[in-house]
Amino acid sequence: MATASAAHHDTAHDHHDHEHHDNFITKYIFSQDHKMIAKQYLVTGIFWAIIGGFLSVLFRLQLGFPDMSLEFLRPLLGGWIDESGKLDPTFYLALVTMHGTIMVFFVLTAGLSGTFSNFLIPLQIGARDMASGFMNMISYWLFFVSGVIMFISLFIKTGPAGGGWVVYPPLSALEQAIPGSGLGMTLWLIAMTFFIASSLMGGINYITTVINLRTKGMSFSRLPLTIWAFFLTAVIGLLSFPVLFAAALLLVFDRSFGTSFYLSDIYVAGEALPNTGGSPVLFQHLFWFLGHPEVYIVLLPALGITSEVIATNSRKPIFGYKAMIISMLGITILSFIVWAHHMFVSGMNPFLGSIFMFLTLIIAVPSAVKVFNYLTTLWRGNLIFTPAMLFSIGLVSFFISGGLTGIFLGNSAIDIQLHDTYFVVAHFHLVMGSASFFGMVAGVYHWFPKMFGRMMDAKLGYIHFWLTFTGVYLVFFPMHYIGIAGFPRRYYSWTNFSFTELYTDLNMFVSAAAIITFAAQFIFLFNFFYSMYRGRKATLNPWRSNTIEWTTPLHPGHGNWPGEIPAVYRWPYDYSKPGAAEDFIPQTVPLSQTPESNLPHEQEQVKLELEIIKEEAEVLVGNESKHH
Amino acid sequence: MERELKYADLVEQPISMNPKKFALWLFMVSVVMVFAGLTSAYIVRQSEGNWLEYDLPEIFWVTSGIALLSSVTLHWAYYSARKDNFANLKIGMVLTVLLGIAFLVGQWYSWVAMVDREVFFVGNPSGSFLYVFTGLHAVHLISGVIFLIIVLISTFRLKVHSRALNTMEMATTYWHFLGGLWLYLFMFLLLNH
Repeated sequence: MATASAAHHDTAHDHHDHEHHDNFITKYIFSQDHKMIAKQYLVTGIFWAIIGGFLSVLFRLQLGFPDMSLEFLRPLLGGWIDESGKLDPTFYLALVTMHGTIMVFFVLTAGLSGTFSNFLIPLQIGARDMASGFMNMISYWLFFVSGVIMFISLFIKTGPAGGGWVVYPPLSALEQAIPGSGLGMTLWLIAMTFFIASSLMGGINYITTVINLRTKGMSFSRLPLTIWAFFLTAVIGLLSFPVLFAAALLLVFDRSFGTSFYLSDIYVAGEALPNTGGSPVLFQHLFWFLGHPEVYIVLLPALGITSEVIATNSRKPIFGYKAMIISMLGITILSFIVWAHHMFVSGMNPFLGSIFMFLTLIIAVPSAVKVFNYLTTLWRGNLIFTPAMLFSIGLVSFFISGGLTGIFLGNSAIDIQLHDTYFVVAHFHLVMGSASFFGMVAGVYHWFPKMFGRMMDAKLGYIHFWLTFTGVYLVFFPMHYIGIAGFPRRYYSWTNFSFTELYTDLNMFVSAAAIITFAAQFIFLFNFFYSMYRGRKATLNPWRSNTIEWTTPLHPGHGNWPGEIPAVYRWPYDYSKPGAAEDFIPQTVPLSQTPESNLPHEQEQVKLELEIIKEEAEVLVGNESKHH
Repeated sequence: MERELKYADLVEQPISMNPKKFALWLFMVSVVMVFAGLTSAYIVRQSEGNWLEYDLPEIFWVTSGIALLSSVTLHWAYYSARKDNFANLKIGMVLTVLLGIAFLVGQWYSWVAMVDREVFFVGNPSGSFLYVFTGLHAVHLISGVIFLIIVLISTFRLKVHSRALNTMEMATTYWHFLGGLWLYLFMFLLLNH
């Protein structure tokens, strides 16, 4: 009650109060407003996406044009370009590692969940803010500190961590293994500790808010699918990130205190290490218990955003609302019992392998249900091709083409050939990397008007989409062939066998496509920052959408709604309802106001609804008099 | 979907639990996952052989007793707070804090006992795991003691009473949880030895 009335107070006196309470620091830096925190996450995520993308261009240059002189990069990379003008091999390993770490954790976890869970959960469930604005702020700043540490590690003398984003010991545990396992790895572990703390704080907040702070009438069966997706993502994070913490903790002890959790009987440069009794496979088990759910932490929010964007721009109710929720629940549960499919060739018991293979292939079922529902929602809809819609359809495309190769990789026998080849790289870059990235971009195009009160330029959006969409396929489709041919990932060069020369052109092609795709992202960047200040002024509900974030003012203050939070009377997908005057009925419209479009059972509810509204008004009046 | 909505949905006021309490429960879930991960790692590693056997420090029985006793005294304090019996509340809180510190001292002596057995942190993972379990649990317990001291200070300022129980309830929940967590770890070590 206190927060509600305070927020009301704020917005009622709008500008006057703002000048008194919000200085630059509390408004833009240490803000506790979920909308500002979301924007902070978004801008930080974009920053990291540029860095992560740039690193991939660097190593693609090495892979596509191994004989090229990289002398022109010396001003930037300094000693990492050797005398002959080539990339240093150990730095190549660091590039691959940092590209993976940055993209998976900083861009597609923090940048995606951090932005859209923060922005949309309170706005779409009808809450003034997150359950704890303070904890939310801490969550962002822990992420920021984590980012600063990771950023510093890019510039140290021995280079950043180089053991792959999965940081398998013993490579990551022994400083003498590669230069990247020294200070770079230490900084990686510190940064990830901050990141885990940040994710947990964020996740606890998301779950608490969704469960406890929904507005009147917003039952779980009326939640937009975005919120369902963010909610389940937060649950996955809450259950899996602590296990990564446990794995990292033991790794820290092995690295810095001399314990032997993961190390046993190792000789480095002819010298025997004292460690005995450890098991490197133990780390893989612990890591992938996070690592696999992490895939869905990255993907589910993008799928949620897509559901919302596709339903709105098809002007049709989402097909199979309940099936969508059940599939997401299924994916959530299954994501925890399939981790060992990353370890088929680690020497684990083949029988155990077939169990994990079976469980893995089951994930195809809920995934297929989701794809089917997207397609049937699109089917015969009045499609409106906004940039957000195009990116959402692009996501569905990647989800199908990348998901199909997952069925191959999930087979423990086929995995013997395909494991750690570019086939795997192509698979997860399509189904998890590009799909999630497209979901994130779709979200930015769709909710930009709510974030900044202006529209992004649609024409630039179309150019951005077509360049990126074709670019992604041109990069990752050929990669499947390279992978089937047996090219292993993470190798600086693979020229020892004569057959590999056959694929030089293909690698060159992939690299060229990657550079063009990366360059195309600057169109988006320009559009984003230009539209923020110069874009066309948005209307209140530019996509004619049903969800309640569009009932807030153009620039919602802290507290989101001036006055009472609207109550909700229907599900969010009443698009093109037969009989209705318009092709959308917002969630805030009571059934009693739409007799022309109510279904028979809804008409019966109208009477009850009217009674309840009356009763509630009485209760409200009663409460008011009690409080004052 | 619509078809199955009951009219109760129309009025549902979904606020059900204090958000802070709920967040505490979620935090405890994440702590459970950390220890679930570690104890599973213990089992996986144990099954691979090359496992050092040693006797658990006997002092664990004492510290487990202290943990149980501290939960009893804290609950007694909580009931006293509900009945606005401030004298008992203060005694209960002071006792609990002292027992919490006694528990931590006891855990320290378990490490001393381990060193006497020549089982060190660095060495066979079998011993290292015990240090990690007790150490990480102690870190959480220190956070619990700090929480209790905060509540203790507010009891002396008469800010905890039958109509202001939220912090007290959260401290009680967290403390019981930490005690239970220790009992789980101790049982786990007894059974998997």
